[in-house]
Amino acid sequence: MRIAVLVKQVPSTDKVKMDEETGTMVRSAMDAELNPLDLYAVEEAVRAKEKTEETEITVISMGPPAAASAIKEAIAMGCDKGVLLSDKVFSGADTWATARTLSSAIEKIGPYDLIFAGERATDGETGQVGPSVAAQLDMPVLTYVSKIREVNGARIVVERAVEGGHEVVEASLPALVSVVKEINEPRIPTLKGKIRAKQTEVPVMTAQDVGLDAAHAGLLGSPTRVVKVFYPSLSRNGTIVDGRDPERAVNALVQFLKDKALV
Amino acid sequence: MKSTEGTFQSVWTLGEQRDGRISPVSYELLAWGRDLADKRGTTLASVILGYNLKDRVNTLIEHGADIIYVVDNPALEHAYPDAHAAVLEKLVREFLPEIFIASATTYGRTIMPVLAAKLETGLTADCTGLDIDPETGLLIQTRPAIGGNVMATIKTPKHRPQMSTVRPRSRKPLASDASRKGQVIVRECPDDAYASKVKFLEFIKDETTALPIQEAEIVVSGGKGLKDAKNFQMVHELADLLGASVGASRQAVDLGWIPYSHQVGLSGKTVSPHLYVCAGVSGAVQHIAGMSSADIVVAINNDPDAPIFRVCDFGIVGDAIEIIPILIEKLQSQKATSPK
Ligand SMILES: Cc1cc2nc3c(=O)[nH]c(=O)nc-3n(C[C@H](O)[C@H](O)[C@H](O)COP(=O)(O)OP(=O)(O)OC[C@H]3O[C@@H](n4cnc5c(N)ncnc54)[C@H](O)[C@@H]3O)c2cc1C
Ligand SMILES: Nc1ncnc2c1ncn2[C@@H]1O[C@H](COP(=O)(O)O)[C@@H](O)[C@H]1O
Repeated sequence: MRIAVLVKQVPSTDKVKMDEETGTMVRSAMDAELNPLDLYAVEEAVRAKEKTEETEITVISMGPPAAASAIKEAIAMGCDKGVLLSDKVFSGADTWATARTLSSAIEKIGPYDLIFAGERATDGETGQVGPSVAAQLDMPVLTYVSKIREVNGARIVVERAVEGGHEVVEASLPALVSVVKEINEPRIPTLKGKIRAKQTEVPVMTAQDVGLDAAHAGLLGSPTRVVKVFYPSLSRNGTIVDGRDPERAVNALVQFLKDKALV
Repeated sequence: MKSTEGTFQSVWTLGEQRDGRISPVSYELLAWGRDLADKRGTTLASVILGYNLKDRVNTLIEHGADIIYVVDNPALEHAYPDAHAAVLEKLVREFLPEIFIASATTYGRTIMPVLAAKLETGLTADCTGLDIDPETGLLIQTRPAIGGNVMATIKTPKHRPQMSTVRPRSRKPLASDASRKGQVIVRECPDDAYASKVKFLEFIKDETTALPIQEAEIVVSGGKGLKDAKNFQMVHELADLLGASVGASRQAVDLGWIPYSHQVGLSGKTVSPHLYVCAGVSGAVQHIAGMSSADIVVAINNDPDAPIFRVCDFGIVGDAIEIIPILIEKLQSQKATSPK
């Protein structure tokens, strides 16, 4: 089987601190990591490889040159190789243009039987890139996948975590699967894996390499425009009461809820 | 589609159904749509795909739609993304709506990106605000990003339709008005539009009867501060009493006290309840990312410096394991004495 995993490098959130005055996130540009939700996609791909003979996994990412380290993280976990899509004209891409770039690359270096993506990236948080890539490649998409019941060269059976329960569906391959955290426990790379990742060369492809017209890439190719960014104040300056006298504290809370017509 | 490819008008919402029943999020969406259509001086239509729902769509008119497009076919009974998007693509290309919005549910967030890709237009995810720019007439889409720490305003200047998904519970439905009149248009599509490479096998329902946390009016969450699974039961009890759904921090989920579907936050669900109550939750940025749009936040934590206190409307600094039972007791006696 040929598998691709789409991963994104994002600003890391665990090192993030809140600026108390402005209520904004403080982080240094250095703190970038593999999108935490993509770890589940990588893990699931590696598991599929372990179950199916002659499977090869390619990690694909669009991003700045530094994003190669995210690809290497995935290789350290057990993926075979990676491709970084990096070009000045890719910058400022919205989800449509990102998907267009990724799908152009997949048309060039594919085909793949199965493509994995994360549920969403923790920076943009759209969750749109996976389904959009699937649509552009004209393959079915299975989103919110919480379990792969069965996969072989021709079909896949999955459980999808949807409102109110789990939907079990089957799809023919090729297909794109985006996974949720519930699906597995991502492995920690072994030392051997890390060494292999370090030694693996990650080739870079440009717009020209993937056969993409600059008019369809990056900001220029993006239908949407961010026109303003602002920082909402999260602070609420609420009433804080001392709970050492629990009876009194609870009475105050009940009164608060009554005042708000909540009980 | 480029805005120059035709005359785009009217606002569309994507109706949603489960088992042939129209989901409440469909009505919330109509409240947004009604505003946008009125500001644009145009009609509001709702599109709904499914099976055996022809007779049930009138409620969409009662909640604000002028026109309902129904495609009723056994092939659309389940939310197959390829078939649903293909049918919607046909309708959009025929009627050329200017704006098309859907709920940011698992359905909307799957179908809309597929449709937007086919139509070659923009799509803005999980909006919490929608408006019309008075000067340009463009849709102004506001959405949180990076865990709610940043709000971005986004436009789709040259592509049509302007598409977005809208966070559930970001708006109350309009009051239902049985006297509203509207038009129901039932469409058929060529067979190839119904073809899907996906097949539905079965649905495994959650045993709990509570609403999914994303749709709940009240959410009561517990965190690691509750110490063990047994204490976490108090959260369920309190939630039952308040008619709430149960949420949790990632720590509580990782400790196995409750399934992942209840996790609130950056790597879990985003909730927008009217009331959010949490106990033993520190309020890490990743947790706040999932609940900062709640109307009212109540927190119980024994650490006065816990970050959750900065984002709450009412906080008790104290031992949740001691306080929750007292709260439960008081609410019970309150319930027994008050008529409500
Ligand atoms: C990429 C990434 C994604 C993440 N996504 C999420 C997410 O989606 N959701 C999420 O919740 N977290 C997420 N986290 C984890 C997050 O950073 C925190 O670790 C987590 O939210 C902490 O959970 P907690 O508040 O239950 O536990 P803790 O941080 O351990 O807090 C427990 C709190 O309980 C209080 N406490 C202790 N005893 C008592 C008592 N007897 N009575 C009252 N209070 C008491 C303590 O003072 C403390 O404030 C993510 C982290 C990363 C890096
Ligand atoms: N620049 C990118 N390169 C590769 N994959 C991406 C990129 N952006 C998003 N993805 C994939 O699409 C998923 C959803 O991302 P998003 O739509 O940005 O929330 C991610 O979890 C990745 O699997």
